Amino acid sequence: MIEVKSISKKFENNKVLFDINSHFERGKTNLIIGQSGSGKTVFLKCLLGLYNIDSGEIKYDGRSSLKMNDFEKLNLRRDMGMVFQGSALFDSLNVLQNVRFPLDMLTDIDSEEKNERALKFIKRVNLEDALNKLPSELSGGMQKRVAIARAVVMNPKYLFCDEPNSGLDPKTAIVIDKLIHEITAEYQITTVINSHDMNSVIEIGENIVFLKDGIKIWQGTNKEILNSGNKEVNDFVYSSELVKKLK
Amino acid sequence: MIRISFSKSCKKSVLYKQIFKEINDLVLDSIPIVSILSFFIGGVVAIQMALNLESPLLSKTLIGFATRQSVILEFAPTFISIIMAGKVGSYITSSIGTMRVTEQIDALEVMGINSLNYLVFPKIIAMLLYPFVITISMFLGIIGGLLAMTLTGVPSEAYIQGIQTDFDGYHVTYSYVKTLVFSFVLATVPAFHGYYMKGGALDVGKASTQSFYWTSIIIILLNYIITQLLLA
Repeated sequence: MIEVKSISKKFENNKVLFDINSHFERGKTNLIIGQSGSGKTVFLKCLLGLYNIDSGEIKYDGRSSLKMNDFEKLNLRRDMGMVFQGSALFDSLNVLQNVRFPLDMLTDIDSEEKNERALKFIKRVNLEDALNKLPSELSGGMQKRVAIARAVVMNPKYLFCDEPNSGLDPKTAIVIDKLIHEITAEYQITTVINSHDMNSVIEIGENIVFLKDGIKIWQGTNKEILNSGNKEVNDFVYSSELVKKLK
Repeated sequence: MIRISFSKSCKKSVLYKQIFKEINDLVLDSIPIVSILSFFIGGVVAIQMALNLESPLLSKTLIGFATRQSVILEFAPTFISIIMAGKVGSYITSSIGTMRVTEQIDALEVMGINSLNYLVFPKIIAMLLYPFVITISMFLGIIGGLLAMTLTGVPSEAYIQGIQTDFDGYHVTYSYVKTLVFSFVLATVPAFHGYYMKGGALDVGKASTQSFYWTSIIIILLNYIITQLLLA
């Protein structure tokens, strides 16, 4: 579980996050939603530790980010997996090598065991036929699946996904959403997903944090969001005419 | 950047693999272009020397002597390094810059890997073999001169005698000192431009151009300073 207590973040004179309190639950797909420029990515990067927060505290299963030394921060990083918006696969490595990469870099287990572990996750994302393909030979959806396998191969406690559906067709987007959702439940990971895709919100949003202009406006589940009664949330959720008609 | 790239080292087995990859990409892959350039420019230098030494009072051995001095003192270490700023420098900036743009560097950092150590340190170590490339350049430059002289009718004995005249080993030492300094510049300045670049694909191209610009200027300035210190 990740607890966020009154965090703020600014870049020079531009304040991006304002006193955010929230929590992200273990074994659930937690979504951060909001319009472009609402501070979602900065919030996610603060959770990842890529940005230092200006005030407040983030607790990872009770471990406070404020009290960690460099070694503890490094260890915390190794409990995290990340799926980037553009997949961020290493161009010169094939699928197997990409998934094996964290094991090669961070563990001392023998080569066969590394292959076994990598293959287990490659099979989990249904890519066993593409082992030797380079990222440039894969479709967007396949790249995302490799990125997911690479992110979970170290058995992380926390999985962060930055707009995992961007650039994908609706059908593939649902496949990716479901895959993340299943892996989260299967390995009891605290998963935090940045998204502005309403399909994802409805499909897998077990705990949703809504941001607007760097302020947390609302938090709830996918069942509650459609009837939140909050004007800003409704403006976001029912921004499409189609959804309005469906309602 | 340099301090961080030497600290918090990645696993040795991974680093060795990266170093060998960089030796291949940065050093061995540069040998063909350096060889061709050195051979023909050595030839051109010798022809131009011959053109300016038409007086019967001047010995033909001067052609070999002047070609050797030009190639060892300046052409091989300095001008090949500027050419390498284009070849190796652009490669380093664009490869690291692309990794920055496509979030691959962020991915390394999130995994808890020191990305500077993983990406930059092997390049610095690989470039320690750069003097080997310059040795080839010196050798082929002088051989190119010999061939050009043979083709233009100057006796090869005179050229060979010329390249042995007044040979000073210190000039070779000076040349290798310069080469080692330039190898460090060639690895670090382009890496800096790639690693700290911001923006998208278009900016990778801009960063490569900036990297070539600054690497060349730094090489020329250091060339002057080292020459002043070691030869003046």
